[in-house]
Amino acid sequence: MVTGVLPVALEDATKAIQAFLLSGKEYVCLMQLHSDVAEQDIRSILRDFTGEIYQKPPLRASVKREVRKRTIYAINLLEIDGRRVLFRVACQAGTYIRKLCSDIGEAVGCGAHMRELRRTRAGPFTEDENNYTLHELQEAKRIHVEEGREDGLRKVVRPVEEAFEYIPKIYIRDSAVDAICHGAELAVPGIVSLETEIRPRSPVAIFTLKGEAVALAESQLTTESILEAEKGIVAKTKRVIMRPGTYPREWKSRQRST
Amino acid sequence: MKEKAPVWNVKRELRILTQVDTNVQFGKKPLERSIEEHIRLGIINLDKPPNPSSHEVVAWVKRILGVSHAGHGGTLEAEAPGRPDGHRRTPSRT
Repeated sequence: MVTGVLPVALEDATKAIQAFLLSGKEYVCLMQLHSDVAEQDIRSILRDFTGEIYQKPPLRASVKREVRKRTIYAINLLEIDGRRVLFRVACQAGTYIRKLCSDIGEAVGCGAHMRELRRTRAGPFTEDENNYTLHELQEAKRIHVEEGREDGLRKVVRPVEEAFEYIPKIYIRDSAVDAICHGAELAVPGIVSLETEIRPRSPVAIFTLKGEAVALAESQLTTESILEAEKGIVAKTKRVIMRPGTYPREWKSRQRST
Repeated sequence: MKEKAPVWNVKRELRILTQVDTNVQFGKKPLERSIEEHIRLGIINLDKPPNPSSHEVVAWVKRILGVSHAGHGGTLEAEAPGRPDGHRRTPSRT
């Protein structure tokens, strides 16, 4: 049984999927041990699996089966009932929890497997905030169609900008927007403001001054070096979210005049 | 890609380079979009039910909303071998 947070992006918002695909996840996992293990041993083994771990993706995985390094941010033991262990785990994207359980079982000596899993967070999306079932989506759609009320649908469907909650942002001038929509790189003069924690070769979100997502880009510099730079390329556009033509095209005329 | 702490524990601050305005004629604040624009630029934080696969859930969402394109972030599967085929349901009438 695997349930929980599954962000689904619609139409133009699908371009933003990478934003939360690469961010951390949180799960509540029910693990079945294959023989009796003392509580203190369970606690100590869970501690051992916190931090950097090495993991080989399972047979039926969508990635190449080679050992990968993954970070387990935290494991909290919630309950032990005989051979069943309930714990909460926060981990880097791409960590296989089923594999984590069998590796824990191997380390403890008796073997173990994952019985049930619930994802409680995928990047900015959590089960506590605006998490809706298919039935709730269907009901919101029905009310919109039959009664003409949009409020329910607006609650269930969130603006794409929420996907970027944990990605540092750069806010740009209106005159720089359309060039980015056409895939151009972002240069220093286009920037109005920016957030801290921007690092080279890391994702950065390009936003308008109205708070609209323009594109997902890869930063070339740190926040500090961008603040000191007077010109140069700051970020390479990777995925464009905003449709070209939303803002006026000012980049061609500027090119001609220089 | 070394991460010591999850992204949700990282605090960020805004640094301002220059003060300029934005023209109200172009674009609009995310919460001021029409319902059609809102859906076209929408994300659903879905609570995935146990049986259908992530892929099937996406097909369901597309059908309910009548959108042509949708995708999920991060497969959430019961990847157990020998899962009965009876559980591989496709969307029925909505």
